[in-house]
Amino acid sequence: MTQPDPVGSSIPIRVRKKTRAYVILTVMLPCSHRATTMRPNDNNVTREHTGRSKAKELTAIRADLCRPDAENAFKVRLSIRTALGDKAYAWDANEEYLFKAMVAFSMRKVPNRETTEISHVLLCNVTQRVSFWFVVTDPSRNHTLPAVEVQSAIRMNRNRINNAFFLNDQTLEFLRIPSTLAPPTDPSVPIWIIIFGVIFCIVLVATMLLIISGIRQHRRKNKGPSEMEDSEDKCENVITIENGIPCDPLDMKGGHINDAFVTEDERLTPL
Amino acid sequence: MEKTRPLWATPLQFVFACISYAVGLGNVWRFPYLCQMYGGGSFLVPYIIMLVVEGMPLLYLELAVGQRMRQGSIGAWRTVSPYLSGVGVASVVVSFFLCMYYNVVNAWAFWYLFHSFQDPLPWSVCPLNGNRTGYIEECEKASSTQYFWYRKTLNISPSIQESGAVQWEPALCLILAWLVVYLCILRGTESTGKVVYFTALLPYCVLIIYLVRGLTLHGATNGLAYMFTPKMEQLANPKAWINAATQIFFSLGLGFGSLIAFASYNEPSNNCQKHAIIVSIINSSTSIFASIVTFSIYGFKATFNYESCLNKVILLLTNSFDLEDGFLTANNLEQVKDYLASAYPSKYSEVFPQIKNCSLETELETAVQGTGLAFIVYTEAIKNMEVSQLWSVLYFFMLLLLGIGSMLGNTAAILTPLTDSKVISSYLPKEAISGLVCLANCAIGMLFTMEAGSYWFDIFNDYAATLSLLLIVLAETVAVCYLYGLSRFESDLKAMTGRALNWYWKAMWGGVSPLLIISLFIFYLSDYITTGTLRYQAWDAAQGQLVTKDYPPHALAVIGLLVAASTMCIPLGALGTLITRRLKQGDTAPVA
Repeated sequence: MTQPDPVGSSIPIRVRKKTRAYVILTVMLPCSHRATTMRPNDNNVTREHTGRSKAKELTAIRADLCRPDAENAFKVRLSIRTALGDKAYAWDANEEYLFKAMVAFSMRKVPNRETTEISHVLLCNVTQRVSFWFVVTDPSRNHTLPAVEVQSAIRMNRNRINNAFFLNDQTLEFLRIPSTLAPPTDPSVPIWIIIFGVIFCIVLVATMLLIISGIRQHRRKNKGPSEMEDSEDKCENVITIENGIPCDPLDMKGGHINDAFVTEDERLTPL
Repeated sequence: MEKTRPLWATPLQFVFACISYAVGLGNVWRFPYLCQMYGGGSFLVPYIIMLVVEGMPLLYLELAVGQRMRQGSIGAWRTVSPYLSGVGVASVVVSFFLCMYYNVVNAWAFWYLFHSFQDPLPWSVCPLNGNRTGYIEECEKASSTQYFWYRKTLNISPSIQESGAVQWEPALCLILAWLVVYLCILRGTESTGKVVYFTALLPYCVLIIYLVRGLTLHGATNGLAYMFTPKMEQLANPKAWINAATQIFFSLGLGFGSLIAFASYNEPSNNCQKHAIIVSIINSSTSIFASIVTFSIYGFKATFNYESCLNKVILLLTNSFDLEDGFLTANNLEQVKDYLASAYPSKYSEVFPQIKNCSLETELETAVQGTGLAFIVYTEAIKNMEVSQLWSVLYFFMLLLLGIGSMLGNTAAILTPLTDSKVISSYLPKEAISGLVCLANCAIGMLFTMEAGSYWFDIFNDYAATLSLLLIVLAETVAVCYLYGLSRFESDLKAMTGRALNWYWKAMWGGVSPLLIISLFIFYLSDYITTGTLRYQAWDAAQGQLVTKDYPPHALAVIGLLVAASTMCIPLGALGTLITRRLKQGDTAPVA
């Protein structure tokens, strides 16, 4: 089946300009893979044919508006298999229709462009990658809308376009339209200071407790030996009087002398 | 009433204290590097030989001296011989320098630990530039982990001359680190003895968890295979043997006086021979164990980077030639590249300069040691793991435990002589002395939190302890064997522990170890002399990589001062004792 459309927009994968690369690549692809990509397109081919023949005149006019590196054209690149793995869907004419719809939707949000229709969005040069170029024409279909407008419209609605295809900024790339990177979530107080404060306070409290208990122990020890020293002095005095009577400090504090002991000791000392 | 010397509650506390002191950051970030540089599995041969010939005898010597003299390093060496008080002072000076800079690593570990409670981890993404269209340039040129380390943590200046101001965030972390150390040493052996249970055992728990996680990572086997394939020709390289000896020497922490301090709190009848063997074996096994973990992490990181590189090439080719998405894989990359080169030669030659040659070997060969390994390489690997916050918290918690465990020993080396000294301890209680030492170190440590602080850290790390320690340990060995007398020491030990001294220890102490230390010393000196001007690595923010620069004269002066301050103590101490003795003799002579 040959295509009258020289630009080759929305061509199903099976029917392509036969390049050497394509031949070898299709040979290299496993058969089952080809089958899954080929099957859904059969119906679309016939539908596209009938649509094409009706709009033949218009395509001739629009043909030169959409081509690689055209004036207000943007290249789009999708990495569906990278993003979705086994759940990857095939890129076919329906997906392209959705894409056109999303672009038209984005343009409608721009003031003065509320009348943008899906048919104003043109796609061309779809490759196996999947990548393609697109332009947006004005209602007269003679001129393309300025790149700046298209750029700002796409940027505003980037998230919704991404979500429509289950992709993100990295897997659905609009070359020459930089995406606004997500701003970092800066909490008002950095988290690390909170944790630092908690641990600092715990350590400080523990240190204070240890120091205070250490001081208390010191004081108890100081009182203890000084008491011992006082009573030892008293013992000494008593000893000088009593000749080696073992003195109990607490008892001696009162200054009482046990007469019984004295007499016993006198009894014990010979001569 | 005499104050009895505080003792360890159980001998187990002593062993744990020695283990937590010896097992430090060097086991994690220096040994894997040496293993990689000097032949992988075959490096274990010189390592184990040096352990048996040098590590165990010197460790036993220090523990025995401490246990016998029952005093800190100054008092112990003064008891051995009055002319050796300089050796003790030199140990204290070196420990003081070590304390100053070592705790800064703990401060950095705290910083990373506090930042690990965020999602995503702050070092895994580059921050956005002013108008939010891209990332900050420095971060793009380097990597996000390097950017976080050099810019956010250190805020490093381009050279050592530009000191910059004190950064308040690392300063706060340093204050916290010193507060934690003070809390642990506050009550002497009473508090230290309990803390060492954690600092000795918990790092092993984390290492085991990391071992299991590391071995199950994708690509870990690449790293392990690379590390353990022995390269036997490295055995003939003298540098391998010298580095093995140096690693054993510094890893055990000999010569700082910490081991003498710890052993002085022992019961005299403690079997320190058994403990010396246990501690040295555990230290070396931990090094080997940590290097297994490190190499599985290396393997994971290298494989990850290799696969990212391949993916970038695949993406580049897919985009340039509009090939089908998912068609190019790592397996058919070479074939397709050849095909494209022949089919579209002009386009291919345009794209060709951008195609990087991805190689797993070059990724594995990037050998890193020191703070670079701990804070850049490991964090890069962690950010690619699942539940990275958990792994990050565990890892930095382990680093903290290792660091604080070593700090306990370092501070004990300073505090034990101070508290032993009757002059100082009569004026101030133990808590106040510890507080003053921590405060002084913290204040001086603020130097390392300035913008050029990392460069000063490297100076201290490389020069403060290396030469001086060799001299100190040499002086110690010679003193015990020849000044005090080996037979006298042997009988002392027998009376103390009830066991006779094995001939092996006598042979090592008397002959082999001093010779080894002398040869190490000669090697280091010749190395310093032959390299000429000393250089350092400075971070260039514009290029996003390290560049080599020469040290300015004032930095060289500081290096000289560091080495001189500790080594000169030994001869000055001997000289001082000689002079005071002569003076005393001069006084007493007319009377006699």
